[in-house]
This record gives sequence, structure tokens and C-alpha cells, in this order.
Amino acid sequence: MRTTFIHTLIDCARANERIWLLVGDLGYSVVEPFREEFPDRFINVGVAEQNMTGIATGLALSGKIVFTYSIANFPTLRCLEQIRNDVCYHRANVKIVAVGGGFAYSAQGMTHHATEDLAIMRALPNMTVVAPGDPVETALATRAIIEWPGPCYMRLGKAQEPVVHKTSPDFQIGKAIVVRDGSDVTLIATGGILFNTVQAADELAQQGIQARVLSMHTLKPLDTEAVLAAAQQTKAIITVEEHSLIGGLGSAVAEVLAELSNSHTTFRRIGIKDEFCQQVGSQEYLRGIYGLSVDSIADAIKSLVGRGIAP
Amino acid sequence: MNDDLVKFNNLAIKIRAHALCMTHKANASHIGTSLSIADILAVLYESILHVDPKRPTWPDRDRFILSKGHGCAALYAVLAERGFFAKEWLETYCQDGSHLAGHITSHGVPGAEVSTGSLGHGLPIGCGMALAGKHDSQPHRVFVLLSDGECDEGSTWEAVLFAPHHHLDNLTAIIDYNKIQSFGTVKEVLDLEPLAGKWRVFGWAVQEIDGHDYTQIENALKGIPFELGKPSCIIAHTTKGKGVSFMENQLAWHYKSPNDEQLRQALAELGVPE
Repeated sequence: MRTTFIHTLIDCARANERIWLLVGDLGYSVVEPFREEFPDRFINVGVAEQNMTGIATGLALSGKIVFTYSIANFPTLRCLEQIRNDVCYHRANVKIVAVGGGFAYSAQGMTHHATEDLAIMRALPNMTVVAPGDPVETALATRAIIEWPGPCYMRLGKAQEPVVHKTSPDFQIGKAIVVRDGSDVTLIATGGILFNTVQAADELAQQGIQARVLSMHTLKPLDTEAVLAAAQQTKAIITVEEHSLIGGLGSAVAEVLAELSNSHTTFRRIGIKDEFCQQVGSQEYLRGIYGLSVDSIADAIKSLVGRGIAP
Repeated sequence: MNDDLVKFNNLAIKIRAHALCMTHKANASHIGTSLSIADILAVLYESILHVDPKRPTWPDRDRFILSKGHGCAALYAVLAERGFFAKEWLETYCQDGSHLAGHITSHGVPGAEVSTGSLGHGLPIGCGMALAGKHDSQPHRVFVLLSDGECDEGSTWEAVLFAPHHHLDNLTAIIDYNKIQSFGTVKEVLDLEPLAGKWRVFGWAVQEIDGHDYTQIENALKGIPFELGKPSCIIAHTTKGKGVSFMENQLAWHYKSPNDEQLRQALAELGVPE
């Protein structure tokens, strides 16, 4: 996703000279092409994320569209108050990009697991939160947030994520993408876990369970219509996120469902329970621990069979 | 006194009087810090800043950031005196439905460049504005007024490192060095000395002045950039609570609000009728 992001950004920066890129001394083997083509609109601010975010605000308040880029929690939690007070309060045109959403930096350890970012960014007024599900969505999301005024947070995976979309989908901020349709249950995924979710849906189809899969690439503003349609048209909603169960996609969808007056929709959340992951291993290994492997996701839906949820 | 000095003095007295009345009416904190920057603001807004009250967002305006957002009563006062908004607004300071919050807010307040309140935010934003100005070959300058206490913040020092590296000689940091921070003297809490030396070795061109001497303030501000290619730092030695005898150098006036009698006495010392 990071390579797709930077190539898309370069493409956009050719046409739009207001676009700047700031990095916090990270981006080796990724951002160099931008630096080479636009040296006057690229700054490596050093290992100083608070300053990076403040500088981005100052540039944005001077008319620029400013991307800040770093990995895991560095561009978000390390400088959270700058994001809140400087970027969000002033509705500054700053686009915060984190590489390494979820367990993408798996074996690097807890410091490099971005597992509460969506909840925390979502809580900030004026912030738009985007987590594309594959490289195709990454390119579309990058273009979309450039056009979308004001603060945005874009959570990316890392490298070599599988492509989910065979063709370019209609991508609009705040509108979920129906990746596959189905009438039994709805799986709603955000970010790079979309691929596993689609695979799980394929597995379920072989057993006669037709799962609708939504890519909820925008966590805020949430596509409540898509959630309501799923509640009306399918028998269960299951959210899938490589993120804490507190405050992320599952919470956002639950907030919509809880306010429905007559919803009898069965609802489950799959995500990371409220703990720090202290295991060491690959991204898929860590995903498996928290029920985010293809089989675990499929099993969670199968466990609903027999409760009138699925055939 | 020459004419300019009289003008500075008159404006500074008005700033102090407004700030005292605002703080009194709102039962608000931070009068000491507003009084310590009154003279600097008077010179800035009387003779240095290229700003236009009729066009508060004029693209070529100089940018002034009050990074020590708690000194806002003084800034609101000078903005009102310069005609950015009606002086009546000052009476609403911190009141229900007011535009004027207890830390500087740019939202709905013409002339206030950015909202601050948490320390250590202003200089990074100023760096961004100065970068944009340089990049776009714009004539405007960026001024950031910091407190001494906020020189404890790591984010301030991130920006102190950054600005010289990028040769931001259109950026000026002014430090209101009144020697008293939120919960004690600077010396007791976290000594900044040698403060000028620190900024200098980080690559800034530094001048130290008496922050209540109009001639020194004006000469320093008219002399920027002190060195081409370097950001300028003015360390203004000031007195917290300056101008009101019983408030000077008293930590308590970081928090207390003057009562009726104290307000009367303070205004009398300034020579301002109630």
C-alpha cells in the first residue's frame, strides 16, 4: 500500500503544486521518488513528530495540502495534541498517513502495532478517518483525501498486500464498497483485513452461507446507510478489524445499531481484545491469535449457524 | 519622550487597563502574564506588524502567533484597540456566549492568527508559516511570542532545531522571560540558563533586551533578521505583573483575579480613571 500511496501522491503532486510531503525521518525505499521530483515540497523534519504536525499546520494555514507520513503510532499518538489542537481545531488541510496499521510491523513488537489509532483519530472533531482495504482502494483513497477539505487520517498497511478489487470500484469518502453481495450475513471490514474477510466469505459460500462483504474504508464519517441496509437485508452483521475492539469499526457500527428502535440483527465484533499483544511473530500469526485469520473469521460466522442466522 | 514612545506608552497602558478589567470581570487567571507582554505587544502592533484591521486575512500580512495562549487578554485588548473588532467584545471575555475564550482563539476573532493554549505549539506552526512564505517568495514575516515556561516543552526545542536548519530568517521568536512559570520560578522549576546561549548554539541570531524598554523593543524588532539566513530570537527580560506594584514578581497573580479594591488600585497606578 505504501508504494501505491507514494506513486499516487507523486501523480497528484504533478498536477497540484499545493501538495507537500513531510516525513519524520522514515520512508526509506518508499518516499525517495517524491523527494527527487519535488525537492522543494518535501521535508524530512527529523525524528520530531510534534514539530512535523505543527509545521504541517502552518503550511496548511498558508494554503498548502500537507501530508505527514511516518509509521505505526508515530504520526498519530506521538503528536496527538498537535493533531487535536493545531490540525483539527483549525480544520487545517493536513493529511496524516500512517504506514503499518494493525500488526503490519508484526515482529517489531508492541511499540510498532497501530491498534488503537482508529479509535483515537475517530474521536477527534473535524477528523475524517480512512483505512483502505487494498492497494486499489489506497490509490483511490489518496486521491479522495486530497480533494476532501480538512483534516484526514489515512491508515495504510505496509507492503505487498493482496489486491481485492479486480476492477476499480466507485470510491467515495463515507460510502462503503460492496465487495460481494449476499443475503445471509454481512461482514464489514476496514483496512487491510478486508482480504481475509473476503476469503472467509468465499469459504462460507462453499458451505451455503452467502455473506455480503462491505469494505468500510471510511470509518468517519461512517456510512450508516450501508449499515442500516445490512441490518434490514441480512440476518447478522459481523465487523472485522485489525484494531482494538474499543472504539474502532465494531464500536462505530454498534453505535448505529444500538440506536435503531426495532433492530433484531445479530451483531458480533471480531478484533483485538483489550490487551497489548506480547506475542512475537508474523502478521498472519498475530492475526490468528486474535481471530483474524481467514479460518477464524469463517468459524465465527459458522458458529452463528443454527441460531436462525444462516441456513 | 518622543512621539513614538508616547504612542507605545499610551497603547501599553490601555492594554494593561483592559486586561485588568477583563480579568476582574471574568474572575479569570493569568493577569501577571498579560501585564508582562503588554509593552512588547504595544510596539508590535503600533510600529512593527504589517497587519490591516480591515483585511484581517490579507495574504501578505505579517503572522503573529501568541504561543503563550494564556496571555490572551493582552492580545485581545491590542486587537480591539487596533480596530480588529469592537472594544465592547472585551467586556464579554470568558462570559457566556462570548467570542473571547481564556486562551487565545482565532475562531471568530479577527486578527488572532491561531488558537493556542497548550504550550509548545506556536513555534512549530510558525516554522510552517515561515517555510510557506519562503517557498512562495512572500514578503510577510512570522513572529511567535513564547513564554519562558514553554521553553520546557520538547516540541519547542524540536522547532528551535528546525528553523535554523531551514534558514528561516523570516521567523522571529520572542521570549517573554519573566522568570516565573506556572508553579514556581524558572530557576527553581527547571533552570533555562544560559538561555541566550542555548538558542545561539542551536543556530539562532539572538538579542537580549529589556522587554519593558520601548526603544530597545523597537530597535530589536526593526533589526530583524539579525543575520541573513538565520531565524531571530529576542529574549525579552520582563517582569511578571509589570505595571501594578502588588502584582509584580508574584506567582500568585498567575492565578488570582483582582477584586474590586485591587482593580481600583491597579488602575490608579496606571493613571487610568475607572
